[in-house]
Amino acid sequence: MRQLDDLDRRIIVATQDGLPLVPEPWRQVAGELGVEAEDLMDRVRSMQEDGIIRRIGVVPNHYALGYRHNGMSVWDVADEDVEAAGRAMTELGFVSHCYQRPRCPPAWPYNLFAMIHARDAATADSLVQRLAEALGPMNRGHLVLYSTRILKKTGLRLGA
Amino acid sequence: MMDPLDRRLLDEFQRDLPLVSRPYLAMGEQLGISEDEVILRLERLRLAGSVARVGAVVRPHAAGASTLAAMAVPPVRLDEVAALVSAYPQVNHNYQREHRLNLWFVVAAGSQSEVAAVLDGIARQSGLAVLDLPMLEDFHIDLGFGLSWT
Repeated sequence: MRQLDDLDRRIIVATQDGLPLVPEPWRQVAGELGVEAEDLMDRVRSMQEDGIIRRIGVVPNHYALGYRHNGMSVWDVADEDVEAAGRAMTELGFVSHCYQRPRCPPAWPYNLFAMIHARDAATADSLVQRLAEALGPMNRGHLVLYSTRILKKTGLRLGA
Repeated sequence: MMDPLDRRLLDEFQRDLPLVSRPYLAMGEQLGISEDEVILRLERLRLAGSVARVGAVVRPHAAGASTLAAMAVPPVRLDEVAALVSAYPQVNHNYQREHRLNLWFVVAAGSQSEVAAVLDGIARQSGLAVLDLPMLEDFHIDLGFGLSWT
């Protein structure tokens, strides 16, 4: 996997709060970094090709758009089934993040996390039901933890 | 409130902001509006909160290290401990959730050791255990989020 160099990091830090809303946003960022706009855009394109930048675009705020029922669904799946289970859930198309994480027994037996977003509780429940159906017998137990309060939410931060 | 053009800005450009010197001009051409109007609408949507930002979504761990952490905080101490956690600049998300483990937050920093130092600091300051649940595998291909408007 490609390692980030200093310029890559500086570009990510400079754009982490978003691109400036001016006619030539890349030129403005390039000026702040002391590089040419064309070189900056080439570097961004290369980070996209390498998968470091997944997408560039308008990032919606789900909560402000009425998606108030944001559930962290967590699943206990046998280690050998995690890959198949993760793929089965993401293929449904509505999961925004799907990660394997370590269990911490006995407090925490769940190893697969999938985030769902809905405008009402009934829809959220139906999304979880569809995930459970997709996993079938691979699912040894699950929970949905809804957020009751957003205490802090900012974009990506690097220890710059 | 949002009109059909605002919705198209949110639907059509979550992952396809043109990588050109004047991206808002290119977006305007696709939508049939001027560059100025694209910029004004994005500014308005950002101020209204509907748009978090216009920018890059970076792969987790591409630059630096991060983890998801969870704590079981006695309810009477929740506000105090939540404030302690949120005060760390390396904490970028912090949620109260319905579970015995009622405080969930993401720590992102330049290195693994800095992440570990933040978790240690929180455990020491609060006197509570902090579960460290780093991402082991990412199954998601991030194509943006399909919004439903009805």
